[in-house]
Amino acid sequence: MRKLLCLAVPVITAGAAHAGGIELTVEIPKLSVAEYHRPYVAIWIEDASGKVAANLSVWYDVDLKDSEGEKWLKDIRQWWRRTGRSLEMPLDGVSSPTKAPGANKVTFPSDKGALATLAPGDYKLIVEATREVGGKEMVEVPFKWAPGAEATTSAKGKEELGVITLKLTK
Amino acid sequence: MKAIAKRLITAAAVASLMVGAAHAHRAWFVPSATVVSGDNAWVTIDGAVSNNLFFPDHRPMQIDAISITAPDGSTVKPANAMVGQYRTTFDLKLEQKGTYRIAQASNGLNASWKEGTETKRWRGTMGDYVSQGIDKKPGVQLTTSSRRVETFVTNGAPTDVKLTGKGLELSGAHPNDLYLGEEVTFKLTDNGKPAANVEITLIQGGDRYREQAGEVKLKTDASGAFKMKVENAGMYWLEAESRGTTTMEGKTLSSMSTYVAVLEVLPG
Repeated sequence: MRKLLCLAVPVITAGAAHAGGIELTVEIPKLSVAEYHRPYVAIWIEDASGKVAANLSVWYDVDLKDSEGEKWLKDIRQWWRRTGRSLEMPLDGVSSPTKAPGANKVTFPSDKGALATLAPGDYKLIVEATREVGGKEMVEVPFKWAPGAEATTSAKGKEELGVITLKLTK
Repeated sequence: MKAIAKRLITAAAVASLMVGAAHAHRAWFVPSATVVSGDNAWVTIDGAVSNNLFFPDHRPMQIDAISITAPDGSTVKPANAMVGQYRTTFDLKLEQKGTYRIAQASNGLNASWKEGTETKRWRGTMGDYVSQGIDKKPGVQLTTSSRRVETFVTNGAPTDVKLTGKGLELSGAHPNDLYLGEEVTFKLTDNGKPAANVEITLIQGGDRYREQAGEVKLKTDASGAFKMKVENAGMYWLEAESRGTTTMEGKTLSSMSTYVAVLEVLPG
């Protein structure tokens, strides 16, 4: 049985290695507050000129009746201004439910979506979190996009976000 | 008779507005949000004339004079309107994506002349001005006046606000795309032409809690442009007043325009 598992693992790794991309860990801190709601979080990539190069994720209440969750998307202020306000929500492959406190791991394969057309160069990955009856915070993680390169960078938020780790995989 | 009565009421309303201005009462519309999202977007708006910004303490805005222009240029009626002692409140459902303009605008023709020591005043149309013989009054002074109080709300991406070409209006930077730390360039036009060398007063709301209102004086350049950069995010009251000349039915007359916009500067 143990042997079987060992056999299975290399297959999965090989599959991941083939795709490569960004492995992102977004830590949402556990807060002790009277009224807690999971934050709305947007994740995007900005190029050196500040232009949105890739819209990766928006975590919000996607399943509320009458798309009520969309009412609060404007509170992810910078994301809303830079890209959200020009989009028709929900966005396939980008819209996703809110996440619980803890380390949330998400992967973005380099052969899919916006990453597939991302030109090599210097970028910033931006995570912006805003919480109902809570605060708002934005954390930026600079990285160099070069297909095939491996690297890990991280940054840390103070209030609404914990450690953000960006891992580039082959 | 009815027409005259109506005109008298209009004249009285204008006179009270002018008195209001002289006593530094401030007119405004404040929306509950200037940037909204979603398919069922509503805002609620207060309109009042007050001393402190933005606390109603003097009189409400007149509901009949409010006009709401949708992004496509159509007119929208205020919903759930209520005129209270100190403020008017109404709701707006933003059915379209883009920028809505909520305004109270008026235009008029004013004449004044002396009869002995007494100053006579008159208000009406150009036709009445001639037919009633006002133009024959000794030393008559004719002035056009325009007044606009407005604010803006955007659902989704901001869209251009089409100018009416009447009185003072704001263009250039988008009124619903203002963020802390950024300098923007607005342009003031008067009857569609650049309003040069016009003084602008900018005051942040909440002056009740400050010993000094901290008003900022700005001035338009020769092209009517002025730059704005504020130190705090918040709701701002912007006022401008311009005196110039205008041409009406071949006659050149002096004009006076006042303008108020309530603008929200969002934090980063």
